[in-house]
Amino acid sequence: MSKIWLAFIEQREGKIKKASLEALTLAKNLATQAGGTVHAALIGDSVQGLSSEIAGYGAEKIFLAESPDLALYSGDAYSKALAQAAKDSGAEVVIASHTAMGKDLLPRVASLLEAGMVSDATQVELQGEDLIATKPVYAGKAYKTLKVSGQPFCLTLRPNTLPPQESAGEGTIVTVEAPAKPFLDWVKEILAASTDKTPLQEAAIVVSGGRGLKDPENWKLVEGLAEAFGPGVAAVGASRAVVDAGWRPHSEQVGQTGKVVSPTLYIALGISGAIQHLAGMSTSKYIVAINKDPDAPIFKVANYGIVGDVLEVVPSLIEAIKAAREA
Amino acid sequence: MIPAILSRPFSEKTGLIPGTKKGADMEILVLVKHVPASDAAIKVAGDGRTIETAGLSFVLNPYDEYAVEEALKTKEAKGGSVTVLTVGGPETVKTLRHCLALGADKAIRIGVEGGELDGLATSNILADKIKELNPELVFCGKQAIDNDDSQIGPRIAARLGWACLSDASTFVLGDAAWSGERDIEGGKESVEGSLPAVITCDKGLNEPRYANMKGIMMAKKKPLEEVEASPMASKVEMVKLAPPPPRPEPTILGEGPDAIPALIEKLKNEVKVL
Ligand SMILES: Cc1cc2nc3c(=O)[nH]c(=O)nc-3n(C[C@H](O)[C@H](O)[C@H](O)COP(=O)(O)OP(=O)(O)OC[C@H]3O[C@@H](n4cnc5c(N)ncnc54)[C@H](O)[C@@H]3O)c2cc1C
Ligand SMILES: Nc1ncnc2c1ncn2[C@@H]1O[C@H](COP(=O)(O)O)[C@@H](O)[C@H]1O
Repeated sequence: MSKIWLAFIEQREGKIKKASLEALTLAKNLATQAGGTVHAALIGDSVQGLSSEIAGYGAEKIFLAESPDLALYSGDAYSKALAQAAKDSGAEVVIASHTAMGKDLLPRVASLLEAGMVSDATQVELQGEDLIATKPVYAGKAYKTLKVSGQPFCLTLRPNTLPPQESAGEGTIVTVEAPAKPFLDWVKEILAASTDKTPLQEAAIVVSGGRGLKDPENWKLVEGLAEAFGPGVAAVGASRAVVDAGWRPHSEQVGQTGKVVSPTLYIALGISGAIQHLAGMSTSKYIVAINKDPDAPIFKVANYGIVGDVLEVVPSLIEAIKAAREA
Repeated sequence: MIPAILSRPFSEKTGLIPGTKKGADMEILVLVKHVPASDAAIKVAGDGRTIETAGLSFVLNPYDEYAVEEALKTKEAKGGSVTVLTVGGPETVKTLRHCLALGADKAIRIGVEGGELDGLATSNILADKIKELNPELVFCGKQAIDNDDSQIGPRIAARLGWACLSDASTFVLGDAAWSGERDIEGGKESVEGSLPAVITCDKGLNEPRYANMKGIMMAKKKPLEEVEASPMASKVEMVKLAPPPPRPEPTILGEGPDAIPALIEKLKNEVKVL
C-alpha cells in the first residue's frame, strides 16, 4: 500500500500551531507503518518560510496556497484550498487537529471531497489495510471505534494526543492555486483575550476552580497556583457553576458546554466532578483533585487526591511548588 | 458594536437589525437532534455497538436550544417563519413537539431506513431538504452531545455552497450579510459572511426560553410532517462501542496541607512537571 497522508498545518500570524505538528506526526507514524508518503498543506499569506520547520517533521511535499487574502482564516477559502491540495497531492487521508480552525475546516473539506470523516479521534491505528479510529462519544462516557472506508478520508485528532516527533523530510514546495475573493465568509479580526496567556486547550497544565473556592476574591488562589508552575506553562479553567455565577468568563469553562482540554496535568480545586465537567477533562494524562468532601466524584477520576479545604491547602501548595522549582 | 458591513440600524432590544420591508418574510430552518440528556448514565448494550436506552431520558440537544432560540429571535425581529427539521426515528417527534411548543411554526421529521448514519450521509439528506425548502438561514447546534462530531453545520454549508459561522457565541444579522464571533484558542475571532448561511450555535449566544402552557397547547395543532428518505451508504462503520478506558486507581495522598509533600513528590518524579 502506498498511500499519501496529507496533514493540514495550521498557522496563525505566521506561527505554526503545535497541535498541527501532532497531526503531521500521526500522518508520519501511519505512513511508516503502512508504507506511503507524508505531505503537508499550508495556507496563509507569506508563510513559505515555515516550510523548513514543516519538513523537519517528515513532510516530503508541502502544498502551499498563499495570498494576501488568506492572511486570516476563511472557512470558505481555506476549505477550497485544502480540498484542492488533497486532490493535487492524491491524498487518501487528510488529517488536521481538532482545534477551533480544524473543526470548522475539515467537515467542509470532507463535504467538498464527498468524504467520510472521524472527528476528535484520540487513537488511530492500522489493522491490516483498514484505518481504525477511536473517539470519545456521549461526552467521554463511552468510546466509539470506527472503521473508515472510501478515499479520500478526513480525520481530526484531539490536541495533545501524541507528542510531535521530528523526522527529516524533503519539504518540496508545490504551489496550489489560492482561491480569489469574494469569499462567502471570512475572519475580519482576531480578538485575543490576552497575548501573554497560554490558551486553555494548549497548556501543558490546567488549574481549574469550582464553587468550592467560595468567593470570586479567592480566584487569586487558582491563578496563583497556575503561575507557580512558571510563565506560560499553566492555564486557568473553571467549572460551569462559577461561570454561571459570573465569577469567570465562559471562555474559561471546561466541560461539555465549555472547552475540552487534554493536558499533561489537570488540577481541580473545589470542583465536585459532575459528569458534564468530566466531559471536558477526562482524557487528561494526570488528574489531581483537592476537595473537602472525600466522596466527591472528582476523586474517582483523579490519579491523586487531597481531602481538604482549598483555602487552606492551596496557599501552602503554591509555596511548595515555588520552592521545588527553585531547588 | 455594529460592523460596517451591516448598514441597517441596530435594535437594542433584540440585538438584531430589522429587515427593509415590514414583514419581509424570512424563511428560517433549525436542525435539531433528539439525544440522551447530558446527565444520563450511558451504558453500552450487550451488542457492544449501541447504548441501553431503557430508562434514559432524551431531550433536545442542548446546543440546538440556542439554535431554536436564535431562530425565534430572528423571526420576531424580521418576520417570517421557523421550521425545525430532524433526521431520525418516530421517537424524535417528542423533541419536534417541544420545539413547536417553544414557538417554531412547523416541524419535519425525515425517517431513514437502516442503522445510524455517518456525518456525510446525514448532512447530505439534510442538505437536500434544505435545497428544497430554500431558507435564507439555517441554525443548528455546534455539536450533538451523543456522537460529539461537530460536522453537520460546516458540512452542509460546503455542500450547498453557502457561508458558515461555526461555534457562534454572538450573531448579528443584516439585510444581505451577517457578522458574529466564535471562540478560538486564547481568544475570539469576529467573522463576517453572506446569505444564505449556516450558523452553528455555542453556549452564550442567547438565553433559551422555556416552553409555557400556552405554547404546549398550541404545539398540538401545528403542522408536523413526516417523510422518508433513502440515505447514501455511510463511509464510517461502527466497529464497537465501549466504556471509557479505565483511569488509574485513584490514590488519596492524605488530608489537608500535610499531604502536600507527597503531592510534590508525585509532580516531580511521576508527572514530571517540576
Ligand atoms: C446541559 C448541561 C451542561 C453542563 N455543562 C457543564 C460544563 O461544561 N462544565 C461544568 O463544569 N459543568 C457543566 N454543567 C454543570 C454541572 O452539572 C455541575 O453543576 C457543575 O460542574 C458544578 O460545578 P462545581 O463543581 O464548581 O460546583 P459544585 O457541584 O457545587 O461542587 C463544589 C465542590 O466543592 C467542594 N468544596 C466546597 N467548599 C470547599 C472548600 N472550601 N475546599 C475544598 N472543596 C470544597 C464541594 O465538596 C463540592 O464537591 C452542565 C450541566 C448541564 C445540565
Ligand atoms: N440527525 C440529525 N437531524 C437533524 N439535525 C442534526 C442531526 N444530527 C446533527 N444535527 C444538527 O447538527 C448539529 C451538530 O451535530 P454533529 O455534527 O453530529 O455533532 C446538531 O447540534 C444538530 O443541530
